Amino acid sequence: MREITYLEAIRESMSQIMRDDKNVFIMGEDIGVYGGAFGLTNGMVEEFGPFRVRNTPISEAAVSGAAVGAAMTGMRPILEFQFSDFVMIAMDNIVNQAAKNRYMFGGKAKVPVVFRLPGGSGAGFAAQHSQSLEAWMTHVPGLKIVQPSSAYDAKGLMKAAINDDNPVLFYEHKLLYSTKGEVPEEAYEINIGEAAIKRSGEDLTIVATGIMVSRSIEAAEKLADENIDVEIVDPRTLVPLDEATIIESVKKTNRVLVVYESVQRSGYGAEIASMIAESEAFDYLDAQVGRLGGKATPIPYNPKLEKAAVPQVEDIIRKVKELIGK
Amino acid sequence: MSQINEKEPFTKEVLKGMLKDMILIRSFEETVEKLFQEGKIHGTMHLCVGQEATAVGACLPLSDNDKITSTHRGHGHSIAKGTGIRRMMAELLGKETGYCKGKGGSMHIADLEVGNLGANGIVAAGLPLATGAALTSQMKEEGYVVVSFFGDGATNEGAFHESLNLASVWKLPVVFFCENNLYGMSGSIKEMVNIENIAERGAAYGIPGVTIDGNNVKEVAETTQQAVNRAREGKGPTLIEAQTYRWKGHSRSDAKKYRTRDEEKEWRKNKDPITRMKLELLEGNVLSEEDIAEIENEVTKEIEEAVKFAEESKEPDLDSLMTDIFA
Repeated sequence: MREITYLEAIRESMSQIMRDDKNVFIMGEDIGVYGGAFGLTNGMVEEFGPFRVRNTPISEAAVSGAAVGAAMTGMRPILEFQFSDFVMIAMDNIVNQAAKNRYMFGGKAKVPVVFRLPGGSGAGFAAQHSQSLEAWMTHVPGLKIVQPSSAYDAKGLMKAAINDDNPVLFYEHKLLYSTKGEVPEEAYEINIGEAAIKRSGEDLTIVATGIMVSRSIEAAEKLADENIDVEIVDPRTLVPLDEATIIESVKKTNRVLVVYESVQRSGYGAEIASMIAESEAFDYLDAQVGRLGGKATPIPYNPKLEKAAVPQVEDIIRKVKELIGK
Repeated sequence: MSQINEKEPFTKEVLKGMLKDMILIRSFEETVEKLFQEGKIHGTMHLCVGQEATAVGACLPLSDNDKITSTHRGHGHSIAKGTGIRRMMAELLGKETGYCKGKGGSMHIADLEVGNLGANGIVAAGLPLATGAALTSQMKEEGYVVVSFFGDGATNEGAFHESLNLASVWKLPVVFFCENNLYGMSGSIKEMVNIENIAERGAAYGIPGVTIDGNNVKEVAETTQQAVNRAREGKGPTLIEAQTYRWKGHSRSDAKKYRTRDEEKEWRKNKDPITRMKLELLEGNVLSEEDIAEIENEVTKEIEEAVKFAEESKEPDLDSLMTDIFA
């Protein structure tokens, strides 16, 4: 099968849907001829025109609300944030409006909007452009949170996100943009709420999200040389969470490590860990539920410091060995 | 409400309807206050007594296809836009038959079927939503206009400024309607902005800004009609500042220490929008005392029916707690 990048997969998915559905359009800063901060929308304004690929003023508070208002009245907007960190300026519209309108109005409104959020560290952008704050959003009832880790997942989940009648926060990882993977040319959908087993193994389950999926796979390959057989579950979507797949995997391997990039304290991995501890999988555990997340520090600029702030392959290997007792 | 005939906007029927809606809004608010005092409504509420002319005047030029976004002080906007008082009252009493099945309450009444996109508990949050609804109208060529109500306090929120700019550069069919009732919760607008009129802010975004007497319902209707026409013609938004006064406190907890009783008296005695309209209609021989009494009787009856409907409605089932979170 042909290979394309994660970035191309997202663009292709949006473009395919926009060809079919006139109600789908995209807004964002510099997404026109510039192609967006990461070039993700390159070529889209040429194909769809400036009416459907809308360059906006630098006004996250108005534009995010306009996306919600447009969604409530029959459009299916996609809003690109240049960096997920800028979502703070749009929080009212996401948390107080998009997430709650349907409930507050007694089930009357639909808010089919996708907020695209490039997140994560590792690109040298320092503290205000590198955060992983998806856990904040998972705390808010009424929002769906998607976090693809591969080009294939990104394409299928983008389709599902656009077709969903609820507000979806779509967390992309900047370091994944250039990674390649096999992606079918035709449009396809991956169900929101369906985890994927990215590697099958017997000795320990790693539940990893976002960029930590590929790092965990790399760690698992190295651990295999030492006869440690790791299974990797990628929830792919945080809300809703495919608890069953995680629980089944833990019941099989009897050990689990949750790996995530965001600050470990109160990160979404904490939720996954406690879900496992409270589930039927608890009785199958041969070791405590392990967690490995980012350090409780703003993301620093210096490359060595930046790497040290979030889990790397070696950290994952060390933690797995600790849990296995080797 | 339906769109008025511009050649002859204020027929007797239209005027009568406007007066009735204003009386209905006031009566609704006074009833709600009473029910609150009796302990039948909990939480809080923000009453618009004294501001009836802005809601009624601004909604007069709108058809059912046109839309509004409202505020925490939104009962009047809802009624003027055609949202029914029975289900509004039921919502305030937290009943299953309310517009929001008892899940929203006073600050979240919405009735999408008549273009009421909802009250809002967040100051200035309606402006971006209205801008987005206007974007839908433009992109789908639906021809509707959105009127976004907000108070003077909202004009110091970033969302106000960003929305005016966005709607201006995209020439969206939206009317930004500021009800300047002189105070935020307690903050006098004079202490919060360093300009004479809020309407001046339109100039910063290249849109018309106009300051009007918000207690003159005909002036409100005429001004809004012009702004609606401009929006429908694709010329973009207008900022209307309608000067008015809320007779009651900000909410239930307000001791009104920030303003004088004399000031309140002045607005009640000499600038009451309902008294003014009644006098004008009587002096112009448009309506008689009997006509007005008849309107008042109708309103009393409708309010009584609404309260009865609300009181007799059942509470939501507990299992509705976890429904309507996702579509």
